[in-house]
Amino acid sequence: MTSVWRFVSNALCRITGRKVAAPTVSEGSTVVVSNSLNEFTTRASFDIKKCDLHGLEAGPPLKTELSRDEGLRFYRTMQVMRRMELKADQLYKQKIIRGFCHLYDGQEACAAGVEAAIDPSDHLITAYRAHGYTYTRGVSVREILAELTGRRGGVAKGKGGSMHMYAPNFYGGNGIVGAQVPLGAGIALACKYQGNNQICVTLYGDGAANQGQIFEAFNMAALWKLPCLFICENNKYGMGTSVERASASTDYYKRGHFMPGIRVDGMDVLCVREATKFAADHCRTGKGPIIMELQTYRYHGHSMSDPGVSYRTREEIQEVRSKNDPISLLKERMLSSNMASVEEFKEIDIEIRKEVEDATQFATSDSEPPLEELCNHIFSNNPPLQVRGTHPWAKLKSSS
Amino acid sequence: MAAAARFLIRGANSKLPIAVVGSGAHCSFGSTFLKLSLNCNSGIKTQRRHAAHFTFQPDPVPTQFGPTQKMNLFQSVTSALDNTLANDPTAVIFGEDVAFGGVFRCTVGLRDKYGKDRVFNTPLCEQGIVGFGIGVAVAGATAIAEIQFADYIFPAFDQIVNEAAKYRYRSGDLFDCGNLTIRAPWGCVGHGSLYHSQSPEAFFAHAPGLKVVIPRGPVQAKGLLLSCIADKNPCIFFEPKIMYRAAVEQVPVESYTIPLSQAEVLQEGSDVTLVAWGTQVHVLREVANLAQEKLGVSCELIDLQTILPWDVETVCKEECFLNLEAPITRVCGYDTPFPHIFEPFYIPDKWKCFEAIKKMINY
Repeated sequence: MTSVWRFVSNALCRITGRKVAAPTVSEGSTVVVSNSLNEFTTRASFDIKKCDLHGLEAGPPLKTELSRDEGLRFYRTMQVMRRMELKADQLYKQKIIRGFCHLYDGQEACAAGVEAAIDPSDHLITAYRAHGYTYTRGVSVREILAELTGRRGGVAKGKGGSMHMYAPNFYGGNGIVGAQVPLGAGIALACKYQGNNQICVTLYGDGAANQGQIFEAFNMAALWKLPCLFICENNKYGMGTSVERASASTDYYKRGHFMPGIRVDGMDVLCVREATKFAADHCRTGKGPIIMELQTYRYHGHSMSDPGVSYRTREEIQEVRSKNDPISLLKERMLSSNMASVEEFKEIDIEIRKEVEDATQFATSDSEPPLEELCNHIFSNNPPLQVRGTHPWAKLKSSS
Repeated sequence: MAAAARFLIRGANSKLPIAVVGSGAHCSFGSTFLKLSLNCNSGIKTQRRHAAHFTFQPDPVPTQFGPTQKMNLFQSVTSALDNTLANDPTAVIFGEDVAFGGVFRCTVGLRDKYGKDRVFNTPLCEQGIVGFGIGVAVAGATAIAEIQFADYIFPAFDQIVNEAAKYRYRSGDLFDCGNLTIRAPWGCVGHGSLYHSQSPEAFFAHAPGLKVVIPRGPVQAKGLLLSCIADKNPCIFFEPKIMYRAAVEQVPVESYTIPLSQAEVLQEGSDVTLVAWGTQVHVLREVANLAQEKLGVSCELIDLQTILPWDVETVCKEECFLNLEAPITRVCGYDTPFPHIFEPFYIPDKWKCFEAIKKMINY
């Protein structure tokens, strides 16, 4: 009997994300679910929006399957991103985070959906609204928050800040608008050259879509059939300028002209996942690059110094929040198909809250990087290089 | 590189004895400084708010340009642009987000006053903005292009250096883009980190055909900007963003110009010459006072104002320059990218400058 209970509670732990080996979960303790495991639907099929196509005969499927496991994982990932961004907002207002901070809340489905459709060995590069992708690419919340607060425990040793976070196969985190797109094409070239069947997902925004270097990258990628998945995260506003006022054509998925494109509902994580799978497959089978336009929305302003309401109405933000929020959409889907219970979601929320609180504690108490780091990693050099200081008598050593 | 300060010792009138001070075990300033800072940092739990590294010293009220009004730096820029749009029917202002007033409020009210075909937004494309601006200027209209941060000017570098600067020369004076002025917020701001703090004037200082101008305050800003707009050469006007709100002066309401390529001697002195531009002028003002009080050293302070072509005569008064008693010292940021968390240690604040003076007079 004991072993059966342990098996059941372990299974429950796995699903709800708790540590399986934790000895505190004992038989008969009130775990989350009031229903027993058997009552939940383990797999369900959902209709997803049709994607607009450009230069393609067929697009991603109109139906997708979601398992309970996957659903809860999506929920967890998106909720972590949401809470992490809100915590960053709070810390910024307390002046614990300084500098620039571009928040991703509202766009979680994009990061979660894309990551679910690619492999960890695939490559990803994005612009400065990067906290979400940093998380989905494998960096912990505590390293992200510590980087924001500029501490040595941060993912870039505290030297980069909000816009410069990196991870294996995640190339940041780029401040200059549009500069990351030719880089992404280059990474795709390396993938093709090395024959490793990997792709590079290169993200940019609706504002960057008007930069010249994007089109240079498109041409190179298409000419050389690079496995590059260009993704335009269209959140309707380039800082304070709406897309209609910035672009002659707001069909960003068509901007590749000779490159095929799909326009995807970026608030539906399942839609994003299916479209990304379709597009990644396109790249991997040697058909060349493809553009995906994710139609999404950001709740915060462009950055923390932008209230976000001088160029759009509060009603508009409220409407998206109530009708189109990616996390709510997923939650409702799962609840209405009886794939999970309200209590389960609450439990996950509580865990995530704790995780973010712990991360905040670390990020606010960790020490700042040592002053020697000011000069390190300018060049790659051995032995240490002497760096000119502020005047001829000041000399510092740069190690790398 | 933050604004550099260069020190010269004027040999001709020096009253100081020349003493040679052995350096002995004295460690380099850099590492001494490091030790001090580490002590300061330990044990502090809460994040201190970073105070600015300078105190803005307003100029005396100018009386020769007519009635004045209290304005800060961004308001003086707006005033200059307002005067320009009023007096020059061909003038247009464009850039990212200038229509609603600009991210630093330099163009507030201008679109309402002069119309949307004279003050308009461009998409996010710096190379396009400058290229477009060159075209507007060549065709005869007065073009005032805004680059949102000087850090973003690099996509436009080719257009500025290869096209704008060389237009007159390569066409044998048949064409020119003298009607072009490019404005950009410039310099460290306390929390800008790598891409909102750069001072790229040095990159442009090697492009003959261009003029590069940096004001130290509102009165200078308006006069110099109006000179740039009137000047028949393409000009880049960098505005120290840290002073947009912090610097307040009485600025003439009417149009006026301050000549380009003329450095201004702000304070006469006999022992050390200090040269700076932009925000650093105010840092050196304090340093000059410190040097007088603590070392009895009399400093001459020069605001270079125009970086290219620069006023060689004022800075290097020949008889003095050829009789220097110590090498010229350059005090500036470290040879690293502009850091994120390390900014307070990176910038050449008054203590570093003061220390440099001390070392120089003891050379």
